[in-house]
Amino acid sequence: MDYAGGARMRVVELGYQIPAETYKINRATLVEYANAGGDQNPIHQDETIAKSVGLPDVIAHGMLTMALAGSYVTKWAGSAAAVTEISSRFTKPVVVPAGVDVEITISAVIDEVSARQVRLEITAECAGVKVLGMAKATVSLL
Amino acid sequence: MFNPDAVGKSRKSSTTFKVTQESISNFAHAIGESEVINSPVTYSIMISLGPSQTLLEDNGLDWTRVVHGDQKFQNNRPLHAGDEVTCTSTIESYRAVAGNEIVTVRTDLHCGAELAQVQWTTLVVRG
Repeated sequence: MDYAGGARMRVVELGYQIPAETYKINRATLVEYANAGGDQNPIHQDETIAKSVGLPDVIAHGMLTMALAGSYVTKWAGSAAAVTEISSRFTKPVVVPAGVDVEITISAVIDEVSARQVRLEITAECAGVKVLGMAKATVSLL
Repeated sequence: MFNPDAVGKSRKSSTTFKVTQESISNFAHAIGESEVINSPVTYSIMISLGPSQTLLEDNGLDWTRVVHGDQKFQNNRPLHAGDEVTCTSTIESYRAVAGNEIVTVRTDLHCGAELAQVQWTTLVVRG
């Protein structure tokens, strides 16, 4: 994805806090992501199965949350081609009850800057809980 | 029980995955993106999932107890419609910690001779 102007407007400075963005997901999002991403594990769609394995309800794919983090970084970077690395741990599940939109808020801080690239430390929160751990991305400035 | 001697074992997919504009668009749409020339940064998980699962199953992974622990993408470039991708998955590490097993598999995604992307997937098998 490319965003005209995104790269031109940005601040590249150690410690800079990139403005947060909020993403809304619901059960329909999970079905769409399962079909697009090829992960049909029923714990992401079927409440009965999710509860049978001890989860409070259906949970989002960790990879969906990571994909949203990827989108967030891409928007700041100006192009997916500039995002050369992204990594994350999946620390807490994003619970998605039926009939509601769940909000995931993503933000990042610049924690390394060189002439060629910057490293971002990403935070993803749902209902005040951090759902990704050690999430980082590298954005090329070339 | 996962085979602890599987570290270093590798498997190249027997078929190539042909990237289509439709599959890029579907993935982008699912995560709320609209413009879709470059694949979204985590798009290639849909390509590596099958080949890496096959390698892990061949080495005794029990999916009923698996949690996705962490994931990393190193993208030398985005994928585009028309790319024909070959996956080579390798079991990079295995350790047993406090009754759990932790397995990391690396998947190299080649377009012809070019290494376009590399992924690392770490799975935790709960004891």
